[in-house]
Parts: sequence; C-alpha cells; structure tokens
Amino acid sequence: MTTLAATTLPGIRGPGLRRALARVQRRRTLRALALTLPLLVFLLLTFLVPIGALLKRAVENPEVANALPRTVVALAQWNRVDVPPPEAFAAVAADLGALPDRADAGALARRLNTEVAGARSLVMNTYRALPLQDTADADAVKARLIALDERWNETRYWQAIAKNGARWTGDYLLASVDLRRSAQGEIERMPPDQRVFGGILARTFGISAVVTLWCLVLAYPLAYWLTTLPARRANVLMILVLVPFWTSILVRVAAWIVLLQSAGLVNRALAGLGLIEQPLALLFNRTGVVIAMVHILLPFMILPLYSVMKTVPPTYLRAAVSLGSSPLAAFLRVYVPQTYPGIGAGALLVFILAIGYYVTPALLGGADDQMLSYYVAQYTNVNVNWGMAAALGTLLLAATLVLYAVYRRVVKSELSLG
Amino acid sequence: MRLRTLSLAVAAALALPALAQTQITVVNFGGANANAQKKAFYEPIEKNGVKVVPVEYNGEQAKIKAMVESRKVTWDVVEVESPDVARGCDEGLFEKLDYAKIAPKGDFVPAAVTECGVGIFVWSTVMAYNGDKLKTPPVTWADFWDVKKFPGKRGLRKGARYNLEFALMADGVAPADVYKALATKDGAERAFRKLTALKPSIQWWEAGAQPPQFLVAGDVVMSTAYNGRIDAANREGKNLRITWTGGIYDLDYWTIPKGSPNKDAAMKFIAFASTPDAQAEYARNIAYGPTNTKSLGKLDPKVLANLPTAPANAKTALQFNVKFWADQGEELEKRFAAWATQ
Repeated sequence: MTTLAATTLPGIRGPGLRRALARVQRRRTLRALALTLPLLVFLLLTFLVPIGALLKRAVENPEVANALPRTVVALAQWNRVDVPPPEAFAAVAADLGALPDRADAGALARRLNTEVAGARSLVMNTYRALPLQDTADADAVKARLIALDERWNETRYWQAIAKNGARWTGDYLLASVDLRRSAQGEIERMPPDQRVFGGILARTFGISAVVTLWCLVLAYPLAYWLTTLPARRANVLMILVLVPFWTSILVRVAAWIVLLQSAGLVNRALAGLGLIEQPLALLFNRTGVVIAMVHILLPFMILPLYSVMKTVPPTYLRAAVSLGSSPLAAFLRVYVPQTYPGIGAGALLVFILAIGYYVTPALLGGADDQMLSYYVAQYTNVNVNWGMAAALGTLLLAATLVLYAVYRRVVKSELSLG
Repeated sequence: MRLRTLSLAVAAALALPALAQTQITVVNFGGANANAQKKAFYEPIEKNGVKVVPVEYNGEQAKIKAMVESRKVTWDVVEVESPDVARGCDEGLFEKLDYAKIAPKGDFVPAAVTECGVGIFVWSTVMAYNGDKLKTPPVTWADFWDVKKFPGKRGLRKGARYNLEFALMADGVAPADVYKALATKDGAERAFRKLTALKPSIQWWEAGAQPPQFLVAGDVVMSTAYNGRIDAANREGKNLRITWTGGIYDLDYWTIPKGSPNKDAAMKFIAFASTPDAQAEYARNIAYGPTNTKSLGKLDPKVLANLPTAPANAKTALQFNVKFWADQGEELEKRFAAWATQ
C-alpha cells in the first residue's frame, strides 16, 4: 500500500502530509483518551489510590519519630546491648512530658507494644506519672524512672525505641514473611512460637488450589453437557447455575451449616441409608470450608468454560471419531486441548478469588483453617495494628501478581474470559 | 399561594428537628443482649425524649478509630469490651465521662468506674453443657479436659483469650495465680501444652450464638460460652446448664466516641441506663449482672441466682485481667495462630 502510494503519488509525499497525518493521529489519540478518561479516573480513584495507600501504610512508622525525637537522638550512639546512658532516660521523660495530647502517648504505646509485649503499660504508666519530681540531672531522672517502673532497666524496650526511630520501616513487611530485624539491625527469622505467616500463606494457597481443582472437576462435565443441549434448555439450566451466584454469601454459608452439621440433612441421609454409623465431621474443619467455597466459586469456573466450549465446533470431535479414534481418546486429545483457554481463565479466576476468602473459612472453619484475610481482619479490627494488616495485604497482592506472571509464562497468552 | 405553601413547608422542615425528640445511635453487640437492652434501656428512655437507633457491631475498635480520625462520628454511644475501653481511652477515641451527670461512683461495683467508660453489666465466660445429654455434670476445668470420662468434642472460642486461662486452671493452677503464671514464659508454655492435649477434640466457635447451638445439636458435649447466651437458650425451652467453677467474668462498658454530635443526649442515655431500675430490668431480661449495686435489692432471688455476680457463682471465678491482655494480647494471639497451624 505504502509502496503503491509512494510510486504513484510522489507529489503529496511532502512534510505537509506527514504533519496532517500526525495531526489526525493525535486528534484520534486524544479522542480515545477523552473517551476512556472517566474509566481511567475511576480506576485511579478506586483502585490505584487505595492500593498506594495500603502500600504506604505497610512501611509507615511515624509514631516513635513523632513522639520521642530527643530519645531517638540520645540513643543514636548507644550500642544496643547495655542499659542506655542516663541522657536517654532524661530524653524519654522530656519527650513524654512534651506530648500535647494523651492520644499521642497512646499511639506510641500501641506501636511499641507490637514490638515488645508490655511496652503499652510501661509507656502509659510513665506518661501518667509525669512530670517527675527531683529531676536535677540525668542520673536523677534515670533513678526516678526506674523507681517508677523497673522495666526501664530492661534493654528490650530501649531496643524497640532505637529500632523504630526512622519514619519508614520494612519491619511489617519482614514480619509478614516471618522475619525480623534483631536489635543490631540484622535480619533474622522470627522465634518459632511467633512464626506464623509462612504457614498461613501456604495454607491459603493450599485451600485455594484444592477448591480450584474441585471446581474444575465439577464444572467441566457440566459446562460440556450445557454446550450439547439446545439453546433453550441450556439457558434454563444456566439460570440454575446463576441463581446461587446472586444469593448472598452469608446466606449460603448459613445454609451449609444447616446441611452439614452432625444432625444435619447430609449426615441423617447417610445414616438413614446405612452408609455411616457415626455422623461425619463435615463442619468447622477443612472439609466444610472446601465444600462451601467450591459451591460459591463454581459459577466462576462454569462461565468461562462454557463460553470457550461454545466456540469449539462439534464437527472436530466427529471427524476424529470417523478417522478411527476411540471416543475417549478423541475427547481427550481433540476436544480438551481446545478448551485450555477456558480452563486457564476459570482456574485463575477461581484461585485468585479463593485466596482472598474470609467469611466462609471464618464461619465454617476451625482455628487452623483460617486464611490470610482472616488475619488481615484480625489486625485491622481487633489489634488495631494497621501497619501489620497492610503488610499482610501487600503480601497477598504480591503473591497474586507473581501467580499471574507465572500463569502468563506457562500459558503464554493473555488472560481471556471468553 | 404556591410560594406561601413552599415557605411554610420550608419553615416546618427547619422547625422539625427542634420539635422532634433527640435521636441518638447506640451501638451494641446484637443477639439476645441487644434484645434485653431494647427492653430495659431503649424503649423506656423514649418516654424521656431520647429516641434510640440501635446499630450492631462486632466490637471492631477500628470502626470507632476510623470515625474519630476522619471526624465523621455517627455513633453516639457504643458498648465496648473492657480491653478496648482502656486502649481507646489512652488513644483518645472516647470522651471523658462526667460522673456527676451519671450516678455517684460509689453506687457501682468498683470495676465499672473508669475514665472513659462506665460498666453496663457483668458477664462471664463459663463452662456449659446440655443437661438432657450429660447426666453427670463436669465440675472443674480438669473435667472439661478429661476426654476419657466425658468423650466427645469441646467447644472453645477461636483465639488465645480465655482458653489459656482455662488451660492453666485445668492443669491445676489456682484461679488467683492464673495471670501470674501466664505472665511467665513457662506459664504460657504450660498453657499451650495443655491446649495441645485437647486439640483433637476441640470444635472452635467464632460467634457467641454458636455454643448453645452446638450443645443443642449435640455437636459438642461441653463448651465454653457466654453465660447470657446459655440463659437465652433456656428461655426458649432448652435445658442447658452452667458450671460456674473457674469462670472468667468481665464487664462491658458504655463509651461515647470523641466528637459525637449528640454528646448531651448520649450522657443522658448512659445516666438512664445506669439507674437501679433500668439495670434491674436488664438483668431480668438476660442473666448478666448489674453494675449498679442498688439494683440488686430490686431483683428476686431466682433471677439473682443466675447472675455471674451471685456469691455462689462468683466464689471461684476469675476476673478478666485487662492490663495483662492489653500488654500481651497481640503476642499471645500470634502465638495462638502459630500453635493452631502446627
């Protein structure tokens, strides 16, 4: 086309045309941008800004720097092993005494208590006792503080203050993968009784993988059957798939409790058929969580599978059989490979939704069936340690992104939802 | 003509808030407790010109914190559990209370009087079982742990709180020494070891409504439970029983989030809910003990015998140690999560 234009129309190959073309192109880009602008702004406000805020929360550490500026300076030269110099005691007393509001002391106490259990009462007791009497020099302040609460003699509280003097910290993120900084600033593993999130992340992925697998096993034959039906019947059945999809998750979880409890419908039916003697433990353990999650997530597997299967011409299968393949081999080697995009999309969708599950495991699972989001909620609502909650959220986000990258490498194609 | 109607309507609309009663939002934990509060507090106070809009929550202090920090406080009075009263007070989430407007401090049980919160009622986490299914009752926490003598599952609250205390008592620690022991490294270790022994038989519960359901359905042979929930189930004709030995009692408190737009009406509500009559009416509706000691005389012995504050029930009970959990809670809960994973 270009060569043709270049040879037959040499007259208008000047810079004038190029400019005109560029102008048209620019206008087109601008128009496209203007059309997508509302969406971009929407995404920015509802998606990128909150995620940015989350990431910021995970590394923010203003409490100590705000409340104890003098102490942080006084501790800068400290070796972090012995009891700090008296000047540090004087600085703590001065800093706490200068706090404008009790809420500032409370924020400091909360922050330090997440590092060292007990720091909350130490800070608040000291804050309430201020101002100190007989504070002629730093040594006198030190003696006063220790008389007030002898825990001021323990280095671990001082270490927590010294470690958190900076306004930004990687500690929450380290803790989310069971690491921490030692008093000297080296990265080390958490002590065994505080090592949790590695196991919880593995559990989150494990449950999600099992749920994805079951969804695939159940959805594949159903979706295939739907494609073989005439459109009208397929639509009716599709509505049956979608009705639970539109029902509140809580309602469905409650329904599963009724069905699965030891005197519930399932157990009574099985006992009535003489299949079991003792009721099966189907609830408040992993089984119940997986059953309910598979039920809730099944439509997300059926829909992409169905839409991909609809595009596979049935003639291929017939052709394979007429060329001498056994029906099963034809199905596995001709039909199934053509549905890989649907399997990939469905599995990824289900998996990614599953790793964020919270309500279902919380209500149907035991203490060792809780997934990462449960702890995000715990840190947000119960401990009010939002830095830790944000760090766990970041971990979940990072895991999802890694997973998506791996998926793209393996499948070598963009995610298509059919 | 039209203009006049319009201006009349505008005038009426402007005057309406002044004429109507004050409306306040009171936040509670829902369930049987909320129903009792409705009868004892919300409905009667409407006659005094304060209309209460009840809202339920699950104790998430994060919600109060978010409201106070963004200065959009829509809650006026909030029922708060004891650890959150002290913590929220320290962090500036609550208004300081003026006891001159509520009641003399001496009228309350001592634990009910704090700077930012006044006790509403005394409740207890206790051992419960189904009287229809278990003929020999469990008497101690050691019995609760004895799966040979009482085969079957045990319901325990998901988390470290209460369970560690119960484990130590089951291991032979006297109630008075529980928190002293738990504060040491060995004591915490001992509590978790004891929990491990029961682990295969534990069925965890999350919401207070679950233990009575488990017991009625026969899912568990005994369970820890909030005593009011057991009482509520019995009011519906169930035969659930409580073993009061080594129960852990605690208080819930009224607080006013800092910056509440209806602070005066909120104080009025708290004052009303602290009167002996309202407190007695509350205890009649759910078996939680009144914090205003003057209300005890208004209750008949049958009601009193069911309360955690009854001398017979409180004899071997343990008061929940707020200070201990405020300091150690986060670390112990994390340890619990690690323990559950093993």
